[in-house]
Amino acid sequence: MSEFDAALTTFAQESEELLISMEDALLSLESSPDDSETINSVFRAMHTIKGSAGLFGFNAIVAFTHEAESVLDKVRNGERAIDAELISVLLDSKDLTARLIEHCLTQKDAPLPPELEAASMRLIKQLSGKKETAIQANETETSKLESEGGGDISVDGSWLISLKFQSDALRNGMDPLSFIRYLQTLGEIKEIITLTPDMPGGDEMDPESCYLHFKIAFQSDASKQNIESVFEFASDDCDINILPPNSKVEEYLNLLDAQDESHVKRIGEMLVQVGALTQNDVNRALQKQNESRESEDQPGKPLGKILVEQQVVQEPVVEQALKKQEQTKQKLAAEANYIRVDATKLGQLINLVGELVISSAAMNLIVERHGLTDAGDVAASMNTLVSSIRDTALELRMVQIGETFSRFRRIVRDVSNELGKTIELQISGGETELDKTVVEKINDPLMHLIRNSLDHGIESPEQRLAVGKPAEGIVQLNAYHESGHIVIQIADDGAGLNCEKIVAKAVANGLIKPDHGLSQQEIFDLIFAAGLSTKEAATNLSGRGVGMDVVKKNIEALRGSVGIDSEEGQGTTITINLPLTLAIIDGFMVGTELERYIIPLSMVDECIEMDPHECQIDEVQHYINLRGQVLPYLRLGDYFNSRKSDTVKRRESVVVVKSGQNKAGFVVDELHGEHQTVIKPMGKVFENLKGITGATVLGDGNVALILDVQGLIQAAIKNKTRSANFLSSQRTQ
Amino acid sequence: MSNLIRKENGKNAVAVQEQIGQFLTFLVDKENFAINILDVKEIIEIANVTHVPLTPDYIHGVINLRGNVVPVIDLSARLKHHSAEVNKRSCIVLVEVDVLEGPQMIGMLVDEVREILEIPPTNIQPAPDFGTDIRTDFIQAMARVGDVFIILLAINHVLSLEELSQLSGLNNEQLVD
Repeated sequence: MSEFDAALTTFAQESEELLISMEDALLSLESSPDDSETINSVFRAMHTIKGSAGLFGFNAIVAFTHEAESVLDKVRNGERAIDAELISVLLDSKDLTARLIEHCLTQKDAPLPPELEAASMRLIKQLSGKKETAIQANETETSKLESEGGGDISVDGSWLISLKFQSDALRNGMDPLSFIRYLQTLGEIKEIITLTPDMPGGDEMDPESCYLHFKIAFQSDASKQNIESVFEFASDDCDINILPPNSKVEEYLNLLDAQDESHVKRIGEMLVQVGALTQNDVNRALQKQNESRESEDQPGKPLGKILVEQQVVQEPVVEQALKKQEQTKQKLAAEANYIRVDATKLGQLINLVGELVISSAAMNLIVERHGLTDAGDVAASMNTLVSSIRDTALELRMVQIGETFSRFRRIVRDVSNELGKTIELQISGGETELDKTVVEKINDPLMHLIRNSLDHGIESPEQRLAVGKPAEGIVQLNAYHESGHIVIQIADDGAGLNCEKIVAKAVANGLIKPDHGLSQQEIFDLIFAAGLSTKEAATNLSGRGVGMDVVKKNIEALRGSVGIDSEEGQGTTITINLPLTLAIIDGFMVGTELERYIIPLSMVDECIEMDPHECQIDEVQHYINLRGQVLPYLRLGDYFNSRKSDTVKRRESVVVVKSGQNKAGFVVDELHGEHQTVIKPMGKVFENLKGITGATVLGDGNVALILDVQGLIQAAIKNKTRSANFLSSQRTQ
Repeated sequence: MSNLIRKENGKNAVAVQEQIGQFLTFLVDKENFAINILDVKEIIEIANVTHVPLTPDYIHGVINLRGNVVPVIDLSARLKHHSAEVNKRSCIVLVEVDVLEGPQMIGMLVDEVREILEIPPTNIQPAPDFGTDIRTDFIQAMARVGDVFIILLAINHVLSLEELSQLSGLNNEQLVD
């Protein structure tokens, strides 16, 4: 790859990331249009793409992004208001930019195709169409200290101290006058106003209580810390606010600017460090923040706002501190938090770690076989190391699912507009991590399920209001870890599944017989069958009945499972269960007389003895009685080696496996127990093979095959039903 | 049809004649075959082969080649339709086949590896249209060594992944149903 190509690749990656972050920012602007930092990030995205495109001479991109950039610049300077319309246009601009970049990267020198040209002309017009609707200038900051009783003081260059003594202050031995006298030792009191807003009238007044509030303009060179220490003893009985003089603000701003950027500090920490706040101020504000929080998980008001409201610091100082904090964050993020690594190199590393796991298993085997006690210790410590290396290596490929989730915001927005519904997407658990390869492959199924929820699940606003639901529908996207698996849930509060409709359709399609006798759960599972859609009219989004079967197939290809739960009128929840990684699984090793096989441990339910007295084995019809349940079984040895062996059967065991709602038993000769299984691909030769999903290398160098439980259960059920159709009419599908 | 085949074989022969080659000869079911030495990655002695269930006879199984799982094709079953009997001279000849996803290693089970021959291009002739008991598209050309002819195998056809995987699927369907 030439240097130029490498640079192009970087450009492509960088632009993609910028555009994604721009989209996120635009979508969040919809809810909080005044967030200047978000507007800045949109502006930066356009600006950076323009700059990089200019380096490569992609004039079409430069021309278009320039327009977008200048509009954004106006927004940033407050010359133009941001509204839903502009956000829409900007979202379209983002899409167009992506298409332009793609065009320029694929056909470098070809002229712009007319439709792109037209689209960019149209958007440029829309962008500049609404000229400068000037928004009101922000209310200018006043340095006045407003007091409830009226008397404003505005004395530049003075500290403004407000003291509100509580009613118990006198009883606790506090004398306000002595504090004010002592204050004079630090500087000069320019002006003092006494306020008595809480003073009750006549008889109610208690002469032993204190009703006095003071506002003091104080000139001094002392630091805030020192001034506060004057009132140290009173702090329990008095609300103290000390606002620095405006002349000091300048000093704080400079100090903030000079703060070191080596790590991100909290906003309170920064302000205390430059002396604008004291630790007490911060503590009080934090307490206030906690109180303002309604529940644990709801974020409270930003600390900066509280500080300004409490009048302990001027707004510009807080703003400067926030800006500095953001800068530091960005700088750190840009510096060294992430290293771009070629995914194939990571794959190689994980392969090697897999090898390491296998050879350490081999070593253990030898150590054990020869009874080398001194080597045993070394082997044990190496084992610990190997397993932590394995975990760390697998973690490298772990990515948060949040990025995938947030891409759906845009889809939900566009689709709900198109359908004339109002739908909110609620995302939680975005920080849940799983293997990158899994993330990439789960995207399409998720997209499909969400579209289904939007189109079929959520009703139109009129229908919703008619059944007493809020007009706005909610789709929830949730992810969490559960015992070595990741669970992704897509829940909507829509109409739910209609069993009758599904059954009618399935009967019409010949999937089931009218006298099916299926449970509700089994009816729900029918929607994963090919060719079933209960939507009367297919839209361009969904409803063609292809898809749910593909979704199921894709998820099963990842060794996952998908389940559905629904309540009519209340909504539908689809739960996807996925393994964390595709590279290493926990397996359960079993043996037949010839071979050893691995069953994914998560699918093993229990192991029982194949005892003719206890479980009524029916050798003809291939089922056993498992505590009153019909359990179809498969003799792995016979099924896999069509040539029958005549050796006397040893004591056999039944491994009960389950996949979704189905259960079956695999009859094996030996149980070897749990086994860390490094999954090796079988290659293209075996891609159509059913019954086996992969292979692994055992410690002794032999290859063991990993069973496809899903497929084998189907085979077992078929095996049973073929010979005993009448017996199993209840479980046939 | 036969015209077509002749044409294709002719083309192959021309291609072969352009390269002066060394060939590895081996024995499958008492008959000598050869492949171009450049196709051979390595030759290993037969180790523990894991049988893969529900596959046709010509898939002998899979082996562990330094941590990678490699399929082994029973050449005798593939070419002659009866399974090889593994003896102490049996070997696995590893070759690489190109597929879309990249090169894929495949092992060929042979009864015995003979020698490496240098065959001048003049001694290589197009394959006959008939008269051999193996599929004509498996034959790339015939090489005359001394008084005998040795069949040069067309690896891409013998080990055509599409065909191997399709057949294993078909066979499997039959077994399951």
